[in-house]
Amino acid sequence: MEPIKNCSDDGACCSGGDNKITTRQLGLGILGLLCWYIIYKQLLPFSYFFSYDLLGLSKGSHLGEAIQFFVYDTPKVMMLLTLIVFVVGMIRSFFTQARTRKLLAGKRESAGNVMAAFLGIVTPFCSCSAVPLFLGFVQAGVPLGVTFSFLIAAPMVNEIALVLLYGMLGWKVALIYLSSGLGIAIIAGWIIGRLKLEHWIEDWVQELRAGEAVVVEEELNWADRIERGKEAVRDIVGKVWLYVVAGIGVGALIHGYIPEEFMASVMGKDAWWSVPAAVLVGIPMYSNAAGIVPVIEALLGKGAALGTVLAFMMSVIALSLPEMVILRKVLKLKLIAVFVGVVGGGILFTGFIFNLII
Amino acid sequence: MEIKVCGPGCASCEKTAKIVAAAIAATGVDATVIKVTDFQEIAKLGIFSTPALVVNGDVKSVGNTPKQDDVEKWITS
Repeated sequence: MEPIKNCSDDGACCSGGDNKITTRQLGLGILGLLCWYIIYKQLLPFSYFFSYDLLGLSKGSHLGEAIQFFVYDTPKVMMLLTLIVFVVGMIRSFFTQARTRKLLAGKRESAGNVMAAFLGIVTPFCSCSAVPLFLGFVQAGVPLGVTFSFLIAAPMVNEIALVLLYGMLGWKVALIYLSSGLGIAIIAGWIIGRLKLEHWIEDWVQELRAGEAVVVEEELNWADRIERGKEAVRDIVGKVWLYVVAGIGVGALIHGYIPEEFMASVMGKDAWWSVPAAVLVGIPMYSNAAGIVPVIEALLGKGAALGTVLAFMMSVIALSLPEMVILRKVLKLKLIAVFVGVVGGGILFTGFIFNLII
Repeated sequence: MEIKVCGPGCASCEKTAKIVAAAIAATGVDATVIKVTDFQEIAKLGIFSTPALVVNGDVKSVGNTPKQDDVEKWITS
């Protein structure tokens, strides 16, 4: 049988001759980045100019605040999103699911859990591919707990969530989210591994261990990887921009019109029950990060506590009902219950901790 | 010719099916397209990430949406 190769153009994968980026492409890339930076830096002054000079609204007025917020935040978030999605799209072309599986196959727990959580960030993943991915991991002999570390980190810590948190709430919140998301994935996976629940995987899955995975290695050159980055931008930015604009619009209205401390009584630090309530409310909600971050931004602005809000966001993204329904095909109900319990516990803990220390 | 498009029916699986249909139309190859959506069936083929494309029993792509040029090459060779 012929070796299987996917190449974008003939000869590219065999000769290896045009595998390098040309100086011209590199120059264009740097120039593009420079333009991006210059425009990005002008966004704030432009939003002031637009709202207060051009439209003649007065500073501190409800309408002025709302419009300035919208005119500043929308292009800012979209520019950040485009850049990061492009870079992540390129990085992801190095990490296929097959490669990740191979990396994790021989790993022991602990170190394996940590690795799986980090690989969960960079490996391409969508919730509908969770089941085949799970099957592949089991088949390759990846320990169950390590598999769960991956399955928890992959949806929870994603580049869109991080970009939006950074863009709207600053790098500290983004870092807190990143580290607690990774922490939950590592620890929850480790606990599930300790519990030795392999017998709660559906029986037909166990029988797969004998089989062999078909791997089609793609040979990509730099032009292909750049193309992957562009595809990711078209795919993701094309899909989420509407959510972002709508979310920022709602955020802008709240920003300008709803009184401060409105949320403090319901989602504030003093209401301890708000953390578990936020987690419970989040489970049946299914939204991507793009839709949820602007809402969170608005809630925080009106006096909700950071821990409560993070718990809500994590619950919406990481504990999704549709994904559990899909996973039911390979996991017995008890194992899904343990999964929800352990991850939910981790999210609760995160929520309480941040409410306590911040 | 038998072409299997494997995937549970997510957006990229639908995209793959469309690309296959376009490739068949462009080349005029006589082919039956079968959508395999059952995870167990997919796993039996040795495929663990979707979408995947199987042409006459040979797995041609796994875990990504193939390009139409490539699909045309696979079904004409």
